Amino acid sequence: MQVTRERRSLARGSGISPYQDGHLKTLDRRDMRSLYRLLWLTRALEERLEIIFKQGQVVGGLYRSLGQEATAVGCGYALSAGDWIAPSIRDLGALLARGIEPHDILRQYTARGTSLCAGKDNTNHFTVPELGILGPISPLGTQLCVLNGVALSFRTRREPRVCFTFQGDGASRTGTSHEGLAMAAALNLPIVVVLQHNRWSFGTPSTAEAAVENWADVAGAYGVPAVTVDGNDVLQVYDAAAQAIARARAGDGMTIIVSETYRMLGHAQHDAQRYVPDEELIAWRDHDPIRSFETYLVEFGFESETSLAEVRAEVAAALDVATDEVLAEPYPAPGEARSRVYGNAELDAAIPWTRGEVPGYEGLVTARPSATRGTTRQSQGA
Amino acid sequence: MASVETRETTYLTAIREALQEEMRADETVFMLGEDIGVYGGAFKVTEGFLEEFGPDRVIDTPISEAAIVGAAIGAAHMGLKPVAEMQFIDFIAPAFDMIVNFAAKSRYRTGIGAGLVIRGPCGAGARSGPFHSQSVESYFANVPGLKMVAPARAYDAKGLLRASIRDPDPVLFFEHKFLYRRIKEELPTEGEVLVPLGEARTHRPGNDLTIVTYGAMVFKSADAADRVAAEDGSEVEVIDLRTLRPLDTKTIVESVRRTGRLLIVHEAPRFGGFAGEITAQVCEEAFEWLDAPIRRVTAIDTPVPYAPTLEDYYLPGEEDIVSAARWLLAY
Repeated sequence: MQVTRERRSLARGSGISPYQDGHLKTLDRRDMRSLYRLLWLTRALEERLEIIFKQGQVVGGLYRSLGQEATAVGCGYALSAGDWIAPSIRDLGALLARGIEPHDILRQYTARGTSLCAGKDNTNHFTVPELGILGPISPLGTQLCVLNGVALSFRTRREPRVCFTFQGDGASRTGTSHEGLAMAAALNLPIVVVLQHNRWSFGTPSTAEAAVENWADVAGAYGVPAVTVDGNDVLQVYDAAAQAIARARAGDGMTIIVSETYRMLGHAQHDAQRYVPDEELIAWRDHDPIRSFETYLVEFGFESETSLAEVRAEVAAALDVATDEVLAEPYPAPGEARSRVYGNAELDAAIPWTRGEVPGYEGLVTARPSATRGTTRQSQGA
Repeated sequence: MASVETRETTYLTAIREALQEEMRADETVFMLGEDIGVYGGAFKVTEGFLEEFGPDRVIDTPISEAAIVGAAIGAAHMGLKPVAEMQFIDFIAPAFDMIVNFAAKSRYRTGIGAGLVIRGPCGAGARSGPFHSQSVESYFANVPGLKMVAPARAYDAKGLLRASIRDPDPVLFFEHKFLYRRIKEELPTEGEVLVPLGEARTHRPGNDLTIVTYGAMVFKSADAADRVAAEDGSEVEVIDLRTLRPLDTKTIVESVRRTGRLLIVHEAPRFGGFAGEITAQVCEEAFEWLDAPIRRVTAIDTPVPYAPTLEDYYLPGEEDIVSAARWLLAY
């Protein structure tokens, strides 16, 4: 945490922008506005989800990214059209940066038939090829293994496209995560992996689940470079992401970006995080990614307090509309439960109904056998 | 009818030819796996592939079955047609998560399918011990979204592998290693050998008893049927399932309704094996036609042992099949 404290003071600055070179030079006033809107939209959308969760409108759990918005937004914003991103559960901001709409997220969490998963899966488990999004599944680490295949297709077709993914420090402990990292490195795939050191995986601190002090060290095991950033500083994240993406695009392989950040809420809505020491939360609350970016934007003349308030009001109005519209939409029709299991529709149609009905096969003799059937048995038994 | 030119082809060569022909015809087909490139595969199925198709399409990977299957899924999402090799089908276990949670559910959850083939040598009889001999089909039988193929003949190995590569869904393709070099057939040298998934075949016709089986047990069952015919004069029908999912229930039920007696033979252990599912389906569809209880001849419920005496005890033998068939015929 010592490192992070030092970096924090950088972001606040003393009148001199620390972002004078590298990829940040390409960011103009409009980009700054976009980054801010994405950060705020992430937080406001999650707050909206929390409201409808408490109203009983969310089906299942709700997972928030409070405190981690800058890592997701900074990375998502650094990607180009044609690139692919594989977000984790706390990377809503990256999805919004890729073009996912609040409607899409609201539909997912409320299990609407109109949702990207058609009501068959929840949260951000959607895959949208047009936007270059590969959804996660709940067993963590698996997504990286699949993303390797996407990257492999880029390499095979000689396309200068890049894959980008996120893992929490907890997810990075799975076998599939290690296998995925090892293969991406071995095959020199165009991949960037953000390792989010957010200190907690569900109710276990990262210090209890890994004997790793400096998380950038893990990259050495795979023979790839790592860079550590203040994950709560959207510009620092963007800069590191842009550099790693450029490196991957040039054919130089995988980079691991360690994002030093903090999960400000429990694992999900049902988790009151009573296991977290108060002083830890208080310390990180002082390093809120959105508030510090607001300070930066005002301090360096990109925005005023008034213009930022306008952005927030516009987001709130958009979310009002989206929430009303989505909640008016229906759940999927029950019979849709048996659609698109297979790529052949006739196989879906042949999935037997299992509540006691016998399907019967067309073309078979349906009459029961004659009474003489079974006589063999009777005569033998006699 | 003009005679078709044929060539003697082993089960293994049939698989190699299916891969070669699909790769030559469709540049999106590629392979990945352990030691398949430079070494040419543990059983030499892919010998010469690296030279012919290059490193982009014949990819040597780390020993990482989960990562192999994962990469196949991602590549399939991008429109490629991956064929992933498990060096031995036993090693599919580390990829279980990728197969059942990612590949099998992908289309259902997201609408984006994962048309890929995972192929590898299965089966016992080669004195290879607990980790190079297993039959894993039942591990995956309870997973909607997967297809499973277990050919017995060289013709079917070739035709079904080609169909599997073209299939839009994840297909597990079980090659019986005992058959690799023991099965030789005359296969046509010209024209496409293609066998659709989901269709069983009658290996040997008969009207007195139905044996439903697959893989190497097709030949043991046929030998047993020949003996019963020669010694007892009863005609046993042997049905080779070829595809395990989707299961061709129709062919099974039709046969059982004709013969009134059913014996199911498989090499996998008994408990929770395919025979149980087939039994249940026949009870639902043909109970009134049965003249005898349904019986199963399977491996015993133990790991696959190593010593020849133990493995022979473990595996269903021709004698076991003959004896179960006679019991059923006499019932």
